[in-house]
Amino acid sequence: MKPQRRMALHATGAVGLAAALTSLGLLTPGQALAQSKAFQAKTLADTLAALGATGAADSRDIVITAPDIAENGAVVPIAVRSNLAKTEMIALLVEKNPALLAGSYEILAGAEPDVSMRVKMGQSSDVFAVVKADGKFFITRKEVKVTLGGCGG
Amino acid sequence: MADPMKIRASLRDGVVDVRVLMAHEMETGQRKDASGNLVPAWHITEVTATLNGTPVLKVQWGPAISKNPYLSFKVRGAKAGDTISVTWTDNKGDKRTDEAKVS
Repeated sequence: MKPQRRMALHATGAVGLAAALTSLGLLTPGQALAQSKAFQAKTLADTLAALGATGAADSRDIVITAPDIAENGAVVPIAVRSNLAKTEMIALLVEKNPALLAGSYEILAGAEPDVSMRVKMGQSSDVFAVVKADGKFFITRKEVKVTLGGCGG
Repeated sequence: MADPMKIRASLRDGVVDVRVLMAHEMETGQRKDASGNLVPAWHITEVTATLNGTPVLKVQWGPAISKNPYLSFKVRGAKAGDTISVTWTDNKGDKRTDEAKVS
């Protein structure tokens, strides 16, 4: 019984620490500031810089699930999954939107690096997923064509 | 006050698939109304999800997220009956929290 009890104690300790750090806000203020900058950025380079992801490496371990052709640019379903170990953050960028960054997702303990959402796209564009895993940044892209009004893209 | 969220949390093979549908206008701040004035931006900026009170996902959103946003994510290590809680905050400071039980 003893080793099991010890393990259980360790487990609750780790969870408690993470919760305490978050509640103290140690993890948030600086990041929040950087985030708001990232949401203003108008070019891919600026957005990556604001995320701290300049020079992100191409990776095939990030999977973007999105339609090749989206009929309605106001509602484009996109899912991003990362197969990289220790994924901490997933961000979705739409290259030809007025501001590139659509959303960023901080993956905390317990959550799988697999999120989906629906975004607006002004026109056909490349969609980028930026993933931070184990302190490093990775990026991948997918092209989505938007046919507004059904007249072809 | 905003309408309630619809939250479904279904357990399969030890992983909870959480799907959330929020009711929100999500104005981009780019659109003009009938008289040519810009409609001011009004969108959700932050979403936090917790499992039994422990944060599992923190989301930052810009105006490019669609109207009545949909969000889905997966959480490991939950049991049936656990509580998933989701809170959003918009750029006008409005907030809403809703809960669902894992089933």
